[in-house]
Amino acid sequence: MKDKNELTADLLRGKLVRLCAMDSESISKFFVGWTHDSEYWRLMAATPPYPWSQEGVKKFIEKELQKDDPRNIFFVIRALEDDRVIGEIGFDGTSYSQGDTFVGIGIGERDYWGKGYGTDAMNIILRYVFTELNLQRVSLTVFEYNARAIRSYEKCGFRVEGRAREIIHREGRRWDIIFMGILQEEWQALNA
Amino acid sequence: MTTSFAIPLFEGDLVRLTPVDYDKDPEVVAAWTHNAEFMRMYSLQPVRPLTAAQVKKQFEQIDKDMDEGKRLFHFAIRSKEDDRLIGVARIEWIEWSNGTAFLKIGLPDPADRRKGCGGDVLRLLLRFAFREVNLHHLEVVLPEYNVPALRFFEKHGFTIEVRRRQAVNRGGRRWDLIHMAILRPEWEARNERQK
Repeated sequence: MKDKNELTADLLRGKLVRLCAMDSESISKFFVGWTHDSEYWRLMAATPPYPWSQEGVKKFIEKELQKDDPRNIFFVIRALEDDRVIGEIGFDGTSYSQGDTFVGIGIGERDYWGKGYGTDAMNIILRYVFTELNLQRVSLTVFEYNARAIRSYEKCGFRVEGRAREIIHREGRRWDIIFMGILQEEWQALNA
Repeated sequence: MTTSFAIPLFEGDLVRLTPVDYDKDPEVVAAWTHNAEFMRMYSLQPVRPLTAAQVKKQFEQIDKDMDEGKRLFHFAIRSKEDDRLIGVARIEWIEWSNGTAFLKIGLPDPADRRKGCGGDVLRLLLRFAFREVNLHHLEVVLPEYNVPALRFFEKHGFTIEVRRRQAVNRGGRRWDLIHMAILRPEWEARNERQK
């Protein structure tokens, strides 16, 4: 790494976005809107979409925060230019003994799709995982029909590690899930 | 065509799949948790010996998970000849809309494995998963150092789908984590051939 001045730089700020606390009061209305966008949901999750209520989302977020589980950490993504809430990112199932975690990201605001905001947020998360949590690797899964996401992950340095066949059953056919991963030393080499 | 309902779902040649026994099982399972060699094959959690009382608490949690989450089938494996508890079998993380789940089998005593209990358990689990629960994709996750299990699942028609590099840190070095799976049509085709 470069030098100790790195420690004074804002760990959770990138070039386009910053990562903030998931405050249920101020962000649940954004989340509700995103759950009503079935295309967004089908890119994000394997479970069937359902349009959530504001109360439901608030309770869900509060329950998650209450667990205060270091294996699952979630952030809100805000655009630096206007401080707008545009998405969510976080990891779950972290194994500190094995040094592995699963990251998940979604840009709910469609105006911000395909412009590098997600890639920027992912780069912040990788720096956080490798220089603050000190894990050995980061895993993720992505549906084969989400080409935009796959391109973004490749840009961040993720490599394809395999393909679980016919996992997603949607629109009358089956789709694979692609597994990707990045190792600490690969990330180090890319960011030297 | 006759139905095959007469074939018992939970009874094989050597073993039966049963619920856990809150009185007799905790002591046996607690002894397994003291067997680090087995636990490192069975789980990625750091090895930790448990008391029978702690295991009983875990049983309560398992029953709660089955009841509330509806995504889990947990079985105690018993040997038919002496009704001894010999292992654990699970179908977990079921995604109902996609027909996918993970599978886990633990048989701590090598003598039981040599007798062919593993194959018997797997036959029962696959038949239950594909002919009753109606799953499509059944997956098992194994560290690369568990060579006997990798061979076992390969022999029974599973294919390696994913290799998560260096995802396991044990015994002072890193190992890959391997995902294997079998699809229902693959299982059906094997059944046809074996008829």
